[in-house]
Amino acid sequence: MSQPVSPVRHVLIEGNKTYHNISEDLCSPTEKAPSKEWIIAFTLSSALLGLYTFAVIWTIWKGIGEWGANRTINWAWDITNFVWWIGIGHAGTLISAILLLFRQRWRTGVNRAAEAMTIFAVMCAGQFPLIHMGRLWLAFFIFPFPNTRGPLWVNFNSPLLWDVFAISTYFSVSLLFWYTGLVPDLATVRDRAVGFRKKMYEKFSFGWTGSAKHWQRWESLSLILAGISTPLVLSVHTIVSFDFATSVIPGWHTTIFPPYFVAGAIFSGFAMVQTLMVITRKVLKLEDYITINHIDSMNKVIVLTGTIVGVAYLTELFIAWYSGYIYEQFAFYNRVFGVYWWSYFGMMFCNVVSPQLFWSRKIRRSIWWTFFLSIVVNIGMWFERFVIIATTLARDYLPSSWSYYSPTWVEISLFTGTIGLFFTLFLIFTRVAPVVAIAEVKAILKVAGDQFIGPNAKKAHEHASQSSEKQEKH
Amino acid sequence: MAAASKKVLYGLYNDEEDLKSAVKSARKSHLDIMDVLTPFPVHGLDPILGLSESRLHILGFIYGAIGATFGFGFMSWALARDWPTMFGGKPYWPVPSFIPITFEMTVLFAAWGMTITFYTICGMWPGAQATILDNRITDDKFCIAFDVTNSEEKDVSGLQAFFSKTGAAEVNLKTI
Repeated sequence: MSQPVSPVRHVLIEGNKTYHNISEDLCSPTEKAPSKEWIIAFTLSSALLGLYTFAVIWTIWKGIGEWGANRTINWAWDITNFVWWIGIGHAGTLISAILLLFRQRWRTGVNRAAEAMTIFAVMCAGQFPLIHMGRLWLAFFIFPFPNTRGPLWVNFNSPLLWDVFAISTYFSVSLLFWYTGLVPDLATVRDRAVGFRKKMYEKFSFGWTGSAKHWQRWESLSLILAGISTPLVLSVHTIVSFDFATSVIPGWHTTIFPPYFVAGAIFSGFAMVQTLMVITRKVLKLEDYITINHIDSMNKVIVLTGTIVGVAYLTELFIAWYSGYIYEQFAFYNRVFGVYWWSYFGMMFCNVVSPQLFWSRKIRRSIWWTFFLSIVVNIGMWFERFVIIATTLARDYLPSSWSYYSPTWVEISLFTGTIGLFFTLFLIFTRVAPVVAIAEVKAILKVAGDQFIGPNAKKAHEHASQSSEKQEKH
Repeated sequence: MAAASKKVLYGLYNDEEDLKSAVKSARKSHLDIMDVLTPFPVHGLDPILGLSESRLHILGFIYGAIGATFGFGFMSWALARDWPTMFGGKPYWPVPSFIPITFEMTVLFAAWGMTITFYTICGMWPGAQATILDNRITDDKFCIAFDVTNSEEKDVSGLQAFFSKTGAAEVNLKTI
């Protein structure tokens, strides 16, 4: 064994796998005809995608007046959905980048799918600021380029412009990181394929051979991309929170927003990873690679970030009271007990109370509890963004303009439609590329496979003695 | 392409530990290894093989520095020189406001620059034709390849002896 293995390390690959088994198990979903479950899921999600397309065309054709948003509550479901989706994206980068820097081996089982999820979630998020502009054909105005306006440049002081840069950088860097990681695995698929599929994968695997020098550069590139993606992911949600925090609206104008948003993003992202992984491991039969230990580790992250978010909610309330500033106090009183009280309590229950169940090891390691609570957390995090946006705007400085907001069918279709977009992309991904990083799982086999550590450790001794015999022969 | 075809003698090993000890003994007997191909990054292989550390990260730093300079410089030029604009009574050259975009441009340039460099120096691009010695190298075989185009019979049999001595599971000759 090349690396020392601690006896307390978890088994991360079950079923006494060989390297060949790993290729076989992880490539086979892309090689077989789609299962019945996949076809049903794909039909449903593409139907939702169709609904989304219809709602977008409706919005652009008829105008933003088709939404429930009004002059008081001018950011409504659109920005709520935007922040929600962008937050979901953050878990992928956290798993692939931050856990790589921390050398957490369990990331290998879920990183590929989580990164894909990041890219698809950012794509969903990016839809909302665009359609929210109303006149989509003027969207190019957000980019700084010499133009007929003078050239009058964009306002580089504005957090909304920082968002343009942050999100487009985040999307493109995530895409590079994900695809570069995928190239060796696409080469594995290529070398197993025949005919037309082989031709396609030859194109997509960029001529990867597995040369030692290429691996060395590949690892160097992955490490640096992880290193720069880590502050990048923190900056993205920080800048999203600046959209609110740099305004002068009581309830938004708080310095706690950046860390609070980042923790919330990781929290909701992990919940979405759990939702997806629990289904994916079952449908694609990947239980040996995405084990209960993986689920357990992710649930620990959920309970940590959920608690951070809870502390942030309470800190906000305390600071509002402690500030002695009546507008701030009113904003928070209104947030908790105002017209949208139900969304505040929904948020508190889903985000702060429910994840506390994960302190129990039994619940952390239960598939059903994990699935159920991950949905609850996703709902809770959506409520959080709704609470921040709608409750704050509904009761502004002028009582004469106080208002209430409820969504129209167009906004509901846009939101559920992006869920369709997300799942359609994810389902296509599971068909064309290995969902688990093949090469990275092989690289940890000897330190995390169940024939080497854990209750089956006896085999490890056998293996060790076999290889030492071999070496003696040499 | 004008390059003549190469004759390659390669051995396949079943385990990365076998591969590493084989590479060690090949280096000891001064055999000229053409390439070592593995299904995953084998840690500890680079020093045995005598590969120097990749300098990609130095380039990453340079690309990042270019991005930072470009981003900051462009914003300063646009808002303070080309069309001086006063936003909310703030100075024409609001340096703190430039930090987020400067940071994003640093990351953007570093990531794209490094990735493009990586693919270029590895000779990889969409649709590049890989010279595949064996389909199982991306699956579970660890390969050492020797270029024997201009080798004499004696050297080739010496290499074959090396493969059988170091426990290669298969030895093949292929023209690529």
